[in-house]
Amino acid sequence: MASNSSSSTAQQRLRIIAGHLQKRPEDEHPSVAAQECKAETSRSNPSSATPVPKRRQEIMKWNGWGYSDSRFLFNKKGQAEFTGKRYRLSGLILPSLKDWFEGTFGANLQHKSPATPTVNLSAVAPPDLNEPFVEDLKAAGVAMSHDPEDRVFRAHGHCLHEIFALREGRIGRVPDMVVWPSCHKDVEKIVELACKHNVCLIPYGGGTSVSSALECPREETRSIVSLDTSQMNRILWIDEKNLTAHVEAGIIGQDLERQLNECGYCTGHEPDSMEFSSLGGWVATRASGMKKNIYGNIEELVVHIKMVTPRGVIEKSCLGPRMSTGPDIHHFILGSEGTLGVVTEVTLKIRPIPEYQKYGSVVFPNFQQGVACLREVARQRCAPASIRLMDNEQFQFGHALKPQVSSIFTSFLDGLKKFYITKFKGFDPHHLCVATLLFEGDRGKVLQHEKQVYDIAAKFGGLAAGEDNGQRGYMLTFVIAYLRDLGMDYYVIGESFETSVPWDRVLDLCRNVKERIVRECKERGVQFPPLSTCRVTQTYDAGACVYFYFAFNYRGLSDPVHVYEQVEHAAREEILANGGSLSHHHGVGKLRKEWMKESVSSVGLGMLKSVKEYVDPQNVFGNRNLL
Amino acid sequence: MASRALYSPRHPMLKKRDSFEDILEERRHSSDLRYALRCYTPTLYKGLVPCKASMLKSIVLQSDHLQYVIKQVSSESGDSTECVAEEASLILDEMAHRLQLSTVRFFVFTLSKAFKRLFRSVCVNEEGIQRLQQAVQEHPVVLLPSHRSYMDFLMMSYLLYMYDLPLPVIAAGMDFMSMKFVGEMLRMSGAFFIRRSFGGDKLYWAVFSEYVKTMLRNGYAPIEFFLEGTRSRTCKSLTPKTGLLNIVMEPFFKGELFDVNLVPVSISYERILEESLYARELLGIPKPKESTSGLLKARRVLSEDYGSMYVYFGHPVSVRSLTEGKITRSQYNLLPRCIPQKPSADTHEFLNDTAFRLVRIQEGNMVLKPWVLIATLLLQNPDGMDLSSLAEQTDWLRHLALAFGAFLDWPDHAACSEVISCSLALHRHLLSVSAGHVQLSVTDAPQVETTPEEAVFHQAVVVLSCASYRNQILHVFLRPALLAVAMQSANSNRKDDVYNCFNFLRNMFSSEFILCPGDSVQDFEEACYLLMKRGVLQVLEHEIVMSASGHSTLAFLSSVLDPFLQGYQVTPHTQCANLILRRFEISVFRFLCVFVIMASGRLKCYEALSSDLQKNALAAFLRLKAVMKVKVGDQVTLKVNKIAVNSLEDTLGKSDVISHQNSWWSSMAMFEIAI
Repeated sequence: MASNSSSSTAQQRLRIIAGHLQKRPEDEHPSVAAQECKAETSRSNPSSATPVPKRRQEIMKWNGWGYSDSRFLFNKKGQAEFTGKRYRLSGLILPSLKDWFEGTFGANLQHKSPATPTVNLSAVAPPDLNEPFVEDLKAAGVAMSHDPEDRVFRAHGHCLHEIFALREGRIGRVPDMVVWPSCHKDVEKIVELACKHNVCLIPYGGGTSVSSALECPREETRSIVSLDTSQMNRILWIDEKNLTAHVEAGIIGQDLERQLNECGYCTGHEPDSMEFSSLGGWVATRASGMKKNIYGNIEELVVHIKMVTPRGVIEKSCLGPRMSTGPDIHHFILGSEGTLGVVTEVTLKIRPIPEYQKYGSVVFPNFQQGVACLREVARQRCAPASIRLMDNEQFQFGHALKPQVSSIFTSFLDGLKKFYITKFKGFDPHHLCVATLLFEGDRGKVLQHEKQVYDIAAKFGGLAAGEDNGQRGYMLTFVIAYLRDLGMDYYVIGESFETSVPWDRVLDLCRNVKERIVRECKERGVQFPPLSTCRVTQTYDAGACVYFYFAFNYRGLSDPVHVYEQVEHAAREEILANGGSLSHHHGVGKLRKEWMKESVSSVGLGMLKSVKEYVDPQNVFGNRNLL
Repeated sequence: MASRALYSPRHPMLKKRDSFEDILEERRHSSDLRYALRCYTPTLYKGLVPCKASMLKSIVLQSDHLQYVIKQVSSESGDSTECVAEEASLILDEMAHRLQLSTVRFFVFTLSKAFKRLFRSVCVNEEGIQRLQQAVQEHPVVLLPSHRSYMDFLMMSYLLYMYDLPLPVIAAGMDFMSMKFVGEMLRMSGAFFIRRSFGGDKLYWAVFSEYVKTMLRNGYAPIEFFLEGTRSRTCKSLTPKTGLLNIVMEPFFKGELFDVNLVPVSISYERILEESLYARELLGIPKPKESTSGLLKARRVLSEDYGSMYVYFGHPVSVRSLTEGKITRSQYNLLPRCIPQKPSADTHEFLNDTAFRLVRIQEGNMVLKPWVLIATLLLQNPDGMDLSSLAEQTDWLRHLALAFGAFLDWPDHAACSEVISCSLALHRHLLSVSAGHVQLSVTDAPQVETTPEEAVFHQAVVVLSCASYRNQILHVFLRPALLAVAMQSANSNRKDDVYNCFNFLRNMFSSEFILCPGDSVQDFEEACYLLMKRGVLQVLEHEIVMSASGHSTLAFLSSVLDPFLQGYQVTPHTQCANLILRRFEISVFRFLCVFVIMASGRLKCYEALSSDLQKNALAAFLRLKAVMKVKVGDQVTLKVNKIAVNSLEDTLGKSDVISHQNSWWSSMAMFEIAI
């Protein structure tokens, strides 16, 4: 079985490589593309094939992003490198990162702000257990733990303030115990007992929340139980006639994708967090994937959802592709952020693995032209699987992540390219921006599609800038969270946030939000101008999704997290004032709750509240997100 | 930051103002021609090079907003869109500026010559210029100068050229366009022309607002316009208009700009070029139509001495910080931004409030010369004053004004009497000085025999000219003066009685003076604070008590408002009969006033002849419902509400003017018979 699947993957890869090779002769810079630097976890690497263990801390950082073995550091020579073996970037030297880092943030490698190395277990409050509940659970045979490390690990997501506190060794309210159901039935039992004994349940999927959704509410007096779905990670069946798969909701993105790939399928749902985030989490937050243009966002991918609530199980009676049966009950579940119940099983659409994949990039003289091009692509509805437009700052950021070039010839070519774009074409290196593209499908169509997109781009002054630029752009999204940990070692804190906005407001919103961030930082005594950058990451018929990175050097500030939060708050206000939404895919959690009423009107909020009131009158699912 | 300054309670003594530099100094020592031709490299907004006029035109015509309105107008009127678009293009041609550096250079050359002849010095606060230089690079800038003279915008462009700042485009009234050649010259130096009224004309409004917004959004040039809408003939600031202010703020409201900087500029003149022209206009002689020949005839003014001129560039006020907590920008989220939207009630209130505050900033930064104090005193003493007592009182007044935060330019190290004689010399045409006795009087009136009416008229010109100087300092005394009058007319010393009276007066004079709507309590407190600090009043918990030494100050303050109180008392009587509001009626009415004043022979009443005062009084009476507009057929008639007028009179107190009521009535009766 194992050899079988690996041989089919191998064939798959061969096909893709063959595709690349066939394209080569037309390609301008073969040697540039040759040194690949894709950051996604390599799918054929057997070491990552093990599912998520109950003791996550064994393979993952307790106070930072991702795998313990993978991190950025500045080596003795002051060069940045990425450790481990998991990623294409692993083991490589990034020679220009240091200069970029010091130049952008005014940071200095001499000024370190290291994290507390280990969890201070004495700082963790002893668990407040609901004994009858524990007894009943034991009787039901559900795995559980009240080990402090397990509990600390499930008390946070990846908001800046959460990670910052952990790095400083500060630990707030943590769940009193963790339970690991292994199937839908287990969850039903747990929820039933939780209602019976009045304990608070907080569902936990991949732990990648950036909305304070996993924080234990301070006002909660009951025993808090973290319900970790990670052990519910099987694909229950695949229906090749209808192209659907029925999957347990605890499965994480990379496992789901890998296992489907082994059968020749994929979901095509690739949120940036897909290495760690879970299917149930996607449903609960209305996640969006990078390739949504082909596969759709999570709400378009799900066919059926099963959720356990205090009132019982909610699900539809059939697998029909669309129904007119009143408001879609899936939409009570999608985005409910763990306030109504636990998603246990999901039927998803699947697709055959695309025959051919191709990255690409286009350089534009400025951001306006780039946005105009994306708008035109959306108007013609010919967006590739993914199309993203990075602004100039982010382009430079991406450039700083270029690994050491292997030959003089490559660096010569790079120089030549730069010369061509900046001198010959007259692009200002401080204004140019780059769109990264990913095409998928059968080869002929991809090439045709590619031409169509490049033709549109040309009308807006765009120049094709090769595949490796495109690939590096996507890599940035996978390593950004690791980079934040590096920044935090040197007094730099930051985070990302997102919104969606109508096309005609994209430019204004980007400019105003970036400027607001700069101004707020200055007013709050941040010594060095912050990194305030954005990219347009998704296109829709009526608008786009915009993603911001914001980071600054906090030396000299007495309460950097507070400053950070004030600035982020101001930035969100600015987004809303400029016609942006409260969130495109991160969700509301507790971080953005204050704007819910303004966002959905008080009647809308009332509707949601009354659903909560009916489904969970005891507030067993008491994470207090959203409402 | 700037907004905080705008909204913080005023502590007049703490107000720090920049110092001035005389820009003519250098002009007197070097070649004007070389200066006009020098290399001009302005600091630009984000390094943007201004676009050509033709380019600007096509951007405006292609804009979503204008295209939308064109379609709308076309579907409403049935004309083809091409036809409407053509009309829009014509409107734009009529409106648009055609800024040319060569024309500006020509102006710079001639104005250098002219300024040197007209003015002893032109003083500018260079710190303000530096702030402006900074502001221009950060965000689009709107320049908001005060408007007292035609000179204002010439001077503004001249200064900006001089300091290498981007040349502004200036919203000017259509009147100038009718001036042959000069209109075009102004156009080429950056003026764009708007019709005085275009109430319901959607297309015109769309072209106009889009034109302004396009220039602002792209940061091509600072926009300059006059909040007051027109030149103030009385030298009091006029109630600001909010239309253009809304236009320049909308790009911020709609998120098209991160911020807009508003820069209030105060331009003050030691002697106004149009001085007697204004007085005549106020007395009903229509403003001479702007014409080139008229301008040539006006050359005569070049031979006179107009003293110094002051231009004070205020702190840039950020629209973003102004709106904080006052405007929810998300209200613009649900309508495509190209669709014109009337400002909401909130926005309207905000605009109005902001406009008032900006005008108050302008007022506060106007430089006052000693003559202003002298004029105030001379008007209060129609029978003239001895030089010695004038000197004494001027000195007293000077300290009072300074204590109230006046921006007084009093020469250092000069004896009071010397300063006074200098001032008197500059304004000698309004005075007669003989044997140490100064009096306001006509000196250069023609020696030929005049009818009594003409004599009164000439005297009125002098009084109104003089009043225009006193008016410059009114904003300093206004709040304490309102309090002084309120204390006189209130029934008791109780604080709330006085406040009610104060509030009533404030309300009545709200068209006359710059009194921010809704600032009643703040103004009252400011007045109390100032008078208390001066030792005139004691403000107890429930009572306001005059201190022993306060009498003279209070008397002075209340007499500052006397001419206005009297004017307002006269006005309702003149309108007792249901007069039909027609053009000719106003002039007849004025004639009538002259007649009455001749009969009474009281100098103080001359100010009641000012059409500005009458207009404001009428607005006040309409607001207080003492006079009502009644439509009879297609004519609007004013009807006097006798009860309201009587109660008004009770509140204002009886004044000596009322004693002439009988003669008023009889003249009115005569007049009606005459009709």
